[in-house]
Amino acid sequence: MSEWSQALGAFGREAAAAGTIGGNRGLQVEEPLLFERDQPGRSGVDLPEPPPVADRLGGLRRRGPIGLPGLSEPQVVRHFTRLSQKNYAIDTGLYPLGSCTMKHNPRLNEKLARLPGFADLHPLQPLSTVQGALELIDTLAHWLKVLTGMPAVALSPAAGAHGELCGMLCIRAALDARGETRRRVLVPESAHGTNPATAAACGFTVDAIPANARGRVDLAALQAKLGPDVAAIMLTNPNTCGLFEDEIKAIADVVHAAGAYFYCDGANFNAIVGRVRPADLGIDCMHINLHKTFSTPHGGGGPGAGPVVLAESLAAFAPLPWVVHGKTGFRLIEHAEGPAAQALGRLKGNHGQMGMFVRALAYMMSHGSDGLRQVSGDAVLNANYLLAQLGGDLTASFPGPCMHEVLFDDRFLDGTGVTTLDFAKALIDEGYHPMTMYFPLVVHGALLMEPTETEPKEGLDRFIAVVKGLAQRAKAGDAAAFRAAPRFTPRRRLDETAAARKPILRWRPDAPEREAAE
Amino acid sequence: MRYLPLTDDDRAAMLAAIGADSVEALFRDVPRAARLDKPVDLPRAMGEIEVERALSRMAAKNLAAGAAASFLGAGVYRHHVPAAVDHLIQRGEFLTSYTPYQPEVSQGTLQALFEFQTQVALITGMDVANASMYDGATACAEAVMMANRVTRRHKAILAGDLHPHYRETAETHARFAGFEIVARSPDPTARDDLAPLIDGDTACVVVQNPGFFGQVRDFSALADSCHRAGALLVVVVTEAVSLGLVASPGEMGADIVAAEGQSIGNPLTFGGPHVGLFATREKFVRQMPGRLAGQTVDVEGRRGWVLTLSTREQHIRREKATSNICTNSGLCALAFTIHMALLGEAGFTRLAELNHAHAVLLTERLAAVPGVTLVNDTFFNELTLRLPRPAAPVVDALAQAGVLGGVPASRFWPQRKDMAELLIVAATETNTEEDMAAFAQGLGEVLR
Repeated sequence: MSEWSQALGAFGREAAAAGTIGGNRGLQVEEPLLFERDQPGRSGVDLPEPPPVADRLGGLRRRGPIGLPGLSEPQVVRHFTRLSQKNYAIDTGLYPLGSCTMKHNPRLNEKLARLPGFADLHPLQPLSTVQGALELIDTLAHWLKVLTGMPAVALSPAAGAHGELCGMLCIRAALDARGETRRRVLVPESAHGTNPATAAACGFTVDAIPANARGRVDLAALQAKLGPDVAAIMLTNPNTCGLFEDEIKAIADVVHAAGAYFYCDGANFNAIVGRVRPADLGIDCMHINLHKTFSTPHGGGGPGAGPVVLAESLAAFAPLPWVVHGKTGFRLIEHAEGPAAQALGRLKGNHGQMGMFVRALAYMMSHGSDGLRQVSGDAVLNANYLLAQLGGDLTASFPGPCMHEVLFDDRFLDGTGVTTLDFAKALIDEGYHPMTMYFPLVVHGALLMEPTETEPKEGLDRFIAVVKGLAQRAKAGDAAAFRAAPRFTPRRRLDETAAARKPILRWRPDAPEREAAE
Repeated sequence: MRYLPLTDDDRAAMLAAIGADSVEALFRDVPRAARLDKPVDLPRAMGEIEVERALSRMAAKNLAAGAAASFLGAGVYRHHVPAAVDHLIQRGEFLTSYTPYQPEVSQGTLQALFEFQTQVALITGMDVANASMYDGATACAEAVMMANRVTRRHKAILAGDLHPHYRETAETHARFAGFEIVARSPDPTARDDLAPLIDGDTACVVVQNPGFFGQVRDFSALADSCHRAGALLVVVVTEAVSLGLVASPGEMGADIVAAEGQSIGNPLTFGGPHVGLFATREKFVRQMPGRLAGQTVDVEGRRGWVLTLSTREQHIRREKATSNICTNSGLCALAFTIHMALLGEAGFTRLAELNHAHAVLLTERLAAVPGVTLVNDTFFNELTLRLPRPAAPVVDALAQAGVLGGVPASRFWPQRKDMAELLIVAATETNTEEDMAAFAQGLGEVLR
């Protein structure tokens, strides 16, 4: 190893690949792990000397060091700033991930969530000191109930999958109260993976129902599967093919006639918000991802919030706590008593994702009833525009109109040697986050695109030109270039098989990786 | 509308390209009777000024903890968060990115998660940690269900000083997923010996350290009892700062640690979003719930990061997944990682020392109030007092005087007479001498 590459320590190996002395490539700066920047004695905080006291730990002091690295504040700020620059984000470009609703996150909502009157509130303060917080929760509940037409909402679920759990447990509790032991849940093949996983977590068995040639639930197949042991159907609507289940009323009718409940996965509520109320479609409960439809930031994987709207038949089973109006203002019911005697219990600590509630309500109030109607209209218009413009070069799985997302499959790549994955990775080199790939499972090599309503037309036009160009390049027989993509990212394709075969899930001081680098 | 870029001209041009007469025509698959012709009955759009005014009014009706002398804990703790933390998590590349399923454009989030997992493993004394859960209570429920999978048994014994929200969350899952919970009665003095309860059906014993009432305990002997019987020891930690000073669960022989990470990097926010920490032994890693970031190399041999072992997860495994969790607490985990990076070994240790010292000083003042006695033998930064009369009205009276003077145990056990006079009190580095004096004086006056 040369002198300079030794001096560069952990960067030596990257330098060779980058072709620069230090391993950086212009604005793409290599950044080691925090643990590789450790200088014992450094700290990024200045805390006062603890006053001398006789300790009350009963002899249970930690023995030996923890092993946390010491860094100063400028190092920490630079470290995480550099890491941030290795991420794609809505703030940097179009994020066409189908079923994820990656729309603009207004900064007003961030500002309001940080008001001390919301952010600096302890959940167990006396209720007289948190009336404004309970008012905000109650107001959010009102908006959600009006927008869905449903009489009740459970606010504590922490994310979409947690909302599914909440809804399906309400159904379990309602069945228990009816003295019925129905244990089979019908889930379409096109469903999100969370649906069958949730049903299983609630003690149900899962029975898949096939799609018809039009990409919707096959009503006849559904009817054939219904029986006295069926507890519920879990249906996403609009579905994950980007299509509205146009026989939804008939589906609701046959499900109810069989004595089962209708759970709707509301991940795609953005397509219909302000225009269609789920209550009018015959559903019994639905979760709403506040981090999708109501634009609370995804944050690289959460936190989210997954309130669940409930029909009258399920409302009594909503999990604790409940916010109610009392004689002296708002009150919290935190125990299964009084009107909440049948509540199914608690799903998490405290009262729900307050920080997300503030952001979602700010988003709703900013748009208003008229703006929310425009949200779904523009979201659906943008998706149909992609379908119209790309339909000739890509292969649409189903004819339009679509809802807020449009599904293509990989037939347009037949014989090119280019896969959906290659195509998506080539899109990265063009400066775009890929669309959702290989989901839903009902078509081959799926490419699911959701532009959302916050993309301008000229932005869509550029994206369309790029996708068309890539499709033509693939058909022209340039498969090797696709397989080599992406080339301009901080890292190129990563070996996921090796990562899973011999998992390295944390840094260790004696890791051979580090010895090799030094 | 400021967030919607399409103009009427854009819409007209796009409809023409689509070949549709109107936006309404695109909704033709929706049954006619279910289509609303006009906006629902809610307020119309508002500008920034109006929205800010409306929500600021609601915020102003609350007493922010920082505007009072605040001594609330019981699973949620008010700590100082360095300014750099909130600045960095608001960088749009972190704030507005999706789950890092596309690793080439998500190396920043993935590396931060790998660092988070390492920090959590280090402070808990465990081998591996996941990329976060919703919160401590759901992490605890997931730990119980993981113990069921590992041991192929179906009974969990929950200590009487486990946080009641954690117990209730586990009970909800147990009721519907069909496993048994043996929940012990509230145990303020932490005298309950759980070892005799362990039998051949026991999947795990769940304890909390420091306990809900503040007691610090050694669970090494209980870990041995669990392991002899083929059961797992799950240790819950609701105050992550304690891990800077108190012997770690890993040192005591824990098999799974389920913790609340809010104390590091995250504000109170009325109870959420917070961040669940989940750590275990290497041998159980394939039974873990939730996402994991792992190290690998790219096609040029450079070190990089990916989400890994996803065959445990719902998007691959569907009904056979280890959990249904998808979105977790990514940004809260990032806040944790940044705060912990700023603290480092020296800062984290000192923060814990400072919390303990403040709790000792507070205890000396409060225990000197006539009629007030300390329940605990040991504590870290939280402890339980017995008052000469029911605690809830005392806390309400203190709040009128600008002191948020702890959490009455009756908030969790309203029906139990033996809980009525107990008050759970926490001190952190944010409490001043003046706060403590105000609390002691206020308590004395209310009890007089």
